[in-house]
Amino acid sequence: MTEYRLSTPVSKEDIKTLRAGDTLYLSGTMITARDEAHHRALEFAARGEAIPVEFRGKAVYHCGPLVRKEDGRWSVVSAGPTTSTRLELFEDRFIEEFQPRVVVGKGGMGPRTTQAMEKFGCVYGSFTGGAGALAAKSIKNVADVLWLDLGVPEALWVLDIEGFGPLSVTIDSHGRNLYLEVSEQVRRRKEAILERLS
Amino acid sequence: MDPSELREVVLDTTVNLLRLAETELPADAVEAIRKALTKESSDVAKAQLDAISRNLEIAGEGKIPMCQDTGTIIFYADVGSDFPLLSDLREILTEGTKRATEEVPLRPNAVNPFTGENSGDNTGNMIPYVNIDIGKGDTLRLSVLPKGGGSENTCSLKMLKPGEGIAGVKKAVIETVVEAGAKPCPPIILGVGVGGGADISLKLAKKALLRPIDNRHPDPQVAALESELLTLTNELGVGAMGLGGDTTVLGVNVEYAHRHPASLPVGIAIQCWAARRATAEISLDGEVTYLTHTAPEGAEQ
Repeated sequence: MTEYRLSTPVSKEDIKTLRAGDTLYLSGTMITARDEAHHRALEFAARGEAIPVEFRGKAVYHCGPLVRKEDGRWSVVSAGPTTSTRLELFEDRFIEEFQPRVVVGKGGMGPRTTQAMEKFGCVYGSFTGGAGALAAKSIKNVADVLWLDLGVPEALWVLDIEGFGPLSVTIDSHGRNLYLEVSEQVRRRKEAILERLS
Repeated sequence: MDPSELREVVLDTTVNLLRLAETELPADAVEAIRKALTKESSDVAKAQLDAISRNLEIAGEGKIPMCQDTGTIIFYADVGSDFPLLSDLREILTEGTKRATEEVPLRPNAVNPFTGENSGDNTGNMIPYVNIDIGKGDTLRLSVLPKGGGSENTCSLKMLKPGEGIAGVKKAVIETVVEAGAKPCPPIILGVGVGGGADISLKLAKKALLRPIDNRHPDPQVAALESELLTLTNELGVGAMGLGGDTTVLGVNVEYAHRHPASLPVGIAIQCWAARRATAEISLDGEVTYLTHTAPEGAEQ
């Protein structure tokens, strides 16, 4: 396991050095996007229309933050990840269209996303589910918020981050997916335990 | 104490319990996470457990919720029939929930299932959910269990055939933990309710989450099942955040009710590592004793 510190925009070459099991701390720009934002962004792309924010080389975060507005300025109180598996529907096309280099979430993603990450040079970084207070600590500023009409959790929150992590690289850009490996191992162990019980 | 003064004490205690539960884990849960971190052999799992520990420190110091999903608010009120305010209790707990939503703050998590509208203050039809148990005496023992959505989505109910026996119960628990995988944010705590009926087993399972995980059930047979389930589920290797590792389950609490001859229901409640709960006891004269946490500054003692 190697520890990496990278800043956005991240190059394809840098992403290729990361291997499943490595730890990443990320600085620069990370943009939240959940189901609704993914859906709308892909609709824009289908119409050939530009979306109002640039994802290229940056990180997309599966997160609906707990935010606070004081004196007209937004701040993030707590911002842990949401379950990424719901985004499996969109993520391969999203990566192809918008070229983010890092996808951050929890719970892992499936084979379609894994293939897109290998093809276009992207990794999935698992942030600890529920660790919203830790996440908020490395979010230094809310640079912008777009598509607020989707509701606070579903909007695009453009966040300035510093040393955001630890992100466990669990899908790398070489086709390895730790979640699929772990679930296969768990399945085998379960069968052994159930056999012992009967 | 004057009933209107006592009402204020119950209201303040409700807000305090919510703040304590959301920002600080009880000692048994903290200790279980610390132990898991110490003995973990996988580097990836270790990084996740370390992040959980640091997150708890930041939340405790800053008095901010440890997780952005501050849960559905559930209360358990064990109240003596000589305690006043019995008929006002739901109203007070609802008011306390609204106040805590603003003051802590909590994420508004009460959504009308038909219109999709979020009430904005964590209250709505039946919510906060209040379990009231009236017994003898003149005290109120009030617990709060804010329950996150990710772990709630992985709870299960199995209606076993009595012939499947306790081995069937073990299988049901193992299958539920495997099915849940990374989704409930492991390491998790399991509440298991055996017997009673479909609803009763799930109620027992959820209430079991209020018991500290370092306490075993007083019935030695049930205690043995708790220990065996803890060992078996940790052999699965799901690990912290489902990334593989030595600790999948921090604790297992089992409760039971006598069953119908034809049924063997098993309710399985899954709690994420952010095992938020807090309990206090309020006496007739407004004295408050916090049982899971250190009393907050300025609180009535």
